[in-house]
Amino acid sequence: MPERLWTLATWPRLRKALAAAGRQRGLVALVVVFLLGAVVSPHNLKTGENVFLSPGNQSNVLFEYAEYGLLAVGMTLVILTAGIDLSVGSVLGLSATLFAYLLIARGWAPWLAAALSLAAGTGCGLMSGLMVSRLRMQPFVATLATMVAARGVAKWISGGIKIADGARPWYALQQGPPEVFGWMTAPLAGGWLRPVTLCFLAAMAVMALVVHYTRFGRHLYAIGGNEEAARLSGVPVGFTKTLAYGLSGLMAGLAGVCNACRTSYGDPEAGFTYELDAIAAVVIGGTSLMGGRGGMVLTFLGTLIVGYANKILSLIGWQEAQRLLAKGLIIVLAVVIQETRRR
Amino acid sequence: MSMRESSDTPTPRRPLLSMRGIRKAFGGTTALRGVDLEIAEGEIHGLVGENGAGKSTLMRILSGALAPDAGSIAWRGEEVRLPTPQAALAAGIAMIHQELSLIPSVSVAGNIFLGHEPRGRFGVVKVGLMRRRAADLMASLSTEVDVTRPVEDYSLGTQQMVEVAKALSHSASLIVMDEPTSSLEEAETAKLFEVIRDLRARGVTVIYISHKMEEIYELCDRVTVLRDGERIGTAAVSELPREELIQWMVGRRIEQFFPKARVKPGAEVLRVEGLTLDSEHGGGRRILDGVSLSVRAGEIVGLAGLRGSGASELMGALFGRYGGRVRGRVQIGGKDTVVTSPAAAMAQGLALLTDDRKATGLVLPMSVLHNMTLASLDRVARAGVIRRSQELQLAQPLVRNLAIRADSVDVEVSSLSGGNQQKVALAKWLMAQPRVLLLDEPTRGIDVGAKTEIYHLMSRLAAEGRGILLITSELPELLAMADRIVVLHRGRVTAELSGPEATQERVMAAAVQEARCA
Repeated sequence: MPERLWTLATWPRLRKALAAAGRQRGLVALVVVFLLGAVVSPHNLKTGENVFLSPGNQSNVLFEYAEYGLLAVGMTLVILTAGIDLSVGSVLGLSATLFAYLLIARGWAPWLAAALSLAAGTGCGLMSGLMVSRLRMQPFVATLATMVAARGVAKWISGGIKIADGARPWYALQQGPPEVFGWMTAPLAGGWLRPVTLCFLAAMAVMALVVHYTRFGRHLYAIGGNEEAARLSGVPVGFTKTLAYGLSGLMAGLAGVCNACRTSYGDPEAGFTYELDAIAAVVIGGTSLMGGRGGMVLTFLGTLIVGYANKILSLIGWQEAQRLLAKGLIIVLAVVIQETRRR
Repeated sequence: MSMRESSDTPTPRRPLLSMRGIRKAFGGTTALRGVDLEIAEGEIHGLVGENGAGKSTLMRILSGALAPDAGSIAWRGEEVRLPTPQAALAAGIAMIHQELSLIPSVSVAGNIFLGHEPRGRFGVVKVGLMRRRAADLMASLSTEVDVTRPVEDYSLGTQQMVEVAKALSHSASLIVMDEPTSSLEEAETAKLFEVIRDLRARGVTVIYISHKMEEIYELCDRVTVLRDGERIGTAAVSELPREELIQWMVGRRIEQFFPKARVKPGAEVLRVEGLTLDSEHGGGRRILDGVSLSVRAGEIVGLAGLRGSGASELMGALFGRYGGRVRGRVQIGGKDTVVTSPAAAMAQGLALLTDDRKATGLVLPMSVLHNMTLASLDRVARAGVIRRSQELQLAQPLVRNLAIRADSVDVEVSSLSGGNQQKVALAKWLMAQPRVLLLDEPTRGIDVGAKTEIYHLMSRLAAEGRGILLITSELPELLAMADRIVVLHRGRVTAELSGPEATQERVMAAAVQEARCA
């Protein structure tokens, strides 16, 4: 009898555990990153507290990644249809600029300014969507056009400068920066949750339910999986795609409002290259760029993984240059793992 | 056990290939349970079995695309490992898949020598030499082509020949063909058979996978039958009666191959008058030219025609695939209707089972359940929210009635065998409760057992009072199942035959009619 090689096949329990881990590898990766953070984190010199695990730090990660997270939510909808939305960073900039302009230069009520900013973002998304579904443009090209145009509009509104309190004489209609900026970024009722973070978590939760439990969500998967089969099954392909891009625009608009509040000015350059971080979060989560596979929960995990990884690297003193390099490596690693699973 | 050893008859020539005890499991499902396969040098060896029997898995292991969990492969008497398709090719084993693997926009010569182009100094491809060799290869298959033109310019039959030439360019001594005739016309099939016999004469061995019994008996020397991942037996086809072969495959006798029930036709459910569709490329060519026909409740109307006859396009036009480009009058259920989208067609009670389940029928990354309910989300959703309990309630009876074999309704539909995929595609449309079913090649590429089940189902649907329009390239199937047959040629109706006048000869005559005149 030939000597039996020791392989994974001979140890079914381990194989099963690995298979289970493979299915939940987004969660596994998040746990690994989290534990890594706890281990390598420096400790507070006075109290000896682990900096990474401190509630303040945890709350900061969510706060700082809320904008990327919002973009990633919209991006997931679009990527599920096998599309891509390159315009989200620019739309964020447009929305942030418009919001700040309406508040500071026009003295609008915050809710009205926010509503118009969200509408502007949604409008940008719907434009991309119509270009894709009606004019049959490649999503890459259509959203590239929107990306350039939205940036232009943002600069037009602001006259090319950051819209901040007192930036121009007539911007000083109010005393100090608008109150809403401070309100949005301050912890609620003594807790650690800030309204900006809440926007992100709420949008994520709502869209997760939409994607997994509604007809619209099912249609997204069907279109991304096989557009012609979906059309022949009565799926309204054009409408669904347009809506997906529109919602992506809405998320970018909301991220823009959050951005203005966080920075307390309206920067027409805001959101530059954010679309790449959003795509990275989606891909690291495990949603396929080919469409039809993935989901919102995965994107949530992906966003946290990127957010934590970035935080850990800055805690251990890496500079931005090194952090970017590391992020590139993480993306490659995530995709490689994703691909090996499929074989 | 059920293993039948007609293979006691000694193998005529020395074995070229001998696979022993091949096992393979995917996750929880076992695809192969210790299969033996012995191929003699220079024979044409048929490999048959129902979908999911393990044929494809076995052949993918042979061609290096999959690694077996256990078992050994002896090639020309020596044990070999075939870890990659390249290794298999290097040994002389080539595989031609059912879905051809040619690159449409690349030239014939480029496709044949893809990946092993003759190279000169500095790695520059010797285009002239490559073209000459490609032309020689195609000529040796007595196929006339311009090897510099892209393969997409040629018919599927010719493309099949390019695949064969590609295999020969690797000096393959064993070629595996997986259902090569599933989309070929009769003349092309005859041509392919000639070439295969010629290959045998040149000492090339062929493993031929097919679901068509006639082909196995016409072409093969010996045949091996697989069922549920086991080898049931190997025998010379001359010693194996057809009925027994089918019994080996399905493990039971099939009483009535075509279970055609006589149904008294009811009211007209579909009426088409003067349906016309111009070619998208203009030039005055018409894909459909004044087609008229009608289907009554309980009736199965067959559409016959060679490729390019417009039969598939007729179904597409009725189902709104061509938007507003279609002219003519369509009545569904006695009412005039204009259908400009699939969604509108569905609202009128039409269903279209397309001829290509992978490209246009199923959403492969989605689950069995989600595919089944895709066309009926109105029935399972309230205010846009899908209720899973409702989905399961609609899907489970269909899974049972159609005997869809899957570990669960939540597995990806791509993990099912071809026949089961087809049943899922059909289940999707049954769930939508259509009045008229347009069935385009409902039995293409599926095994005998599943075919019979689908015929039964069609009879049942007709008996329920639904109208059925049926396309199938297998003429006996069409003659047996259809109450009437409408023959198309170049977008025009050339005959409408029913009862005793519907014979194979008359259908063929009408299908090629104008080609003879012109």
